[in-house]
Amino acid sequence: MSFLRDEPLDLSRLIVSVSAPERGAVACFVGTVRDHHEGKSVIRLEYSAYRPMAEVECDRIVAEARSRWDADVALEHRTGVLEIGEAAVAIAAAAPHRGAAFAACRYVIEEVKRRVPIWKREHYADGTIGWVEPSQARRPPVGQTAGDASLGPVDSTSQDDWAV
Amino acid sequence: MTTSSQSTVTIRVLLFARYAEALGDNALVLTVSSPATLASVIKLLRSRPGGEILPERPLCAVNLVQARLDSPVEAGDEIAVLPPLAGG
Repeated sequence: MSFLRDEPLDLSRLIVSVSAPERGAVACFVGTVRDHHEGKSVIRLEYSAYRPMAEVECDRIVAEARSRWDADVALEHRTGVLEIGEAAVAIAAAAPHRGAAFAACRYVIEEVKRRVPIWKREHYADGTIGWVEPSQARRPPVGQTAGDASLGPVDSTSQDDWAV
Repeated sequence: MTTSSQSTVTIRVLLFARYAEALGDNALVLTVSSPATLASVIKLLRSRPGGEILPERPLCAVNLVQARLDSPVEAGDEIAVLPPLAGG
């Protein structure tokens, strides 16, 4: 099974894959392509990946969420060219109760952003193209644990962010 | 010790996104002194044309696992130098 997909993502399929009679809660997250970035009008996005490592890292993240919350989790991330509004990442997390389902889902998206080697290039309405880099303003203060899902967006920029 | 007796190791380095563009290729073969670390590979990369775009401490992976700059590298290892991640 592959976490990276070249074709449009299908959230309903992910939901079906994690649903089970004992799991009364399914939480989902879908990240879509935004039409603007830092004041510029975006017309499409292009995702590329270090595929073998991205697959391994997604597998680890999903396994961590499953064991930590007794949840079942499905994750897919697009690669290639995406138009505005298309789903770039889709996650479904199923657990016996909603608290665990939400927590597992949040954990997976934050860890994907922090650990999975994927890059995006924006095509702007003015004809220019630019690699997207995480904004310094959105990064947490040094010393906070990036795995804490309450922190919000965390993207890795340098050696210090991974703390390996 | 003469230069010829110094052993070297040949290493393949994968580059992505902005870094691949700056250095002109998505895979480079480098020869570094042995024993080598990730830091010595990064230092050599930064001295190449376009390499100034690399930070001193970029994200790196060895054989698909996140790695520190003091990690040893050997011939046959898959070294990857990763620009700031932007998935999701």
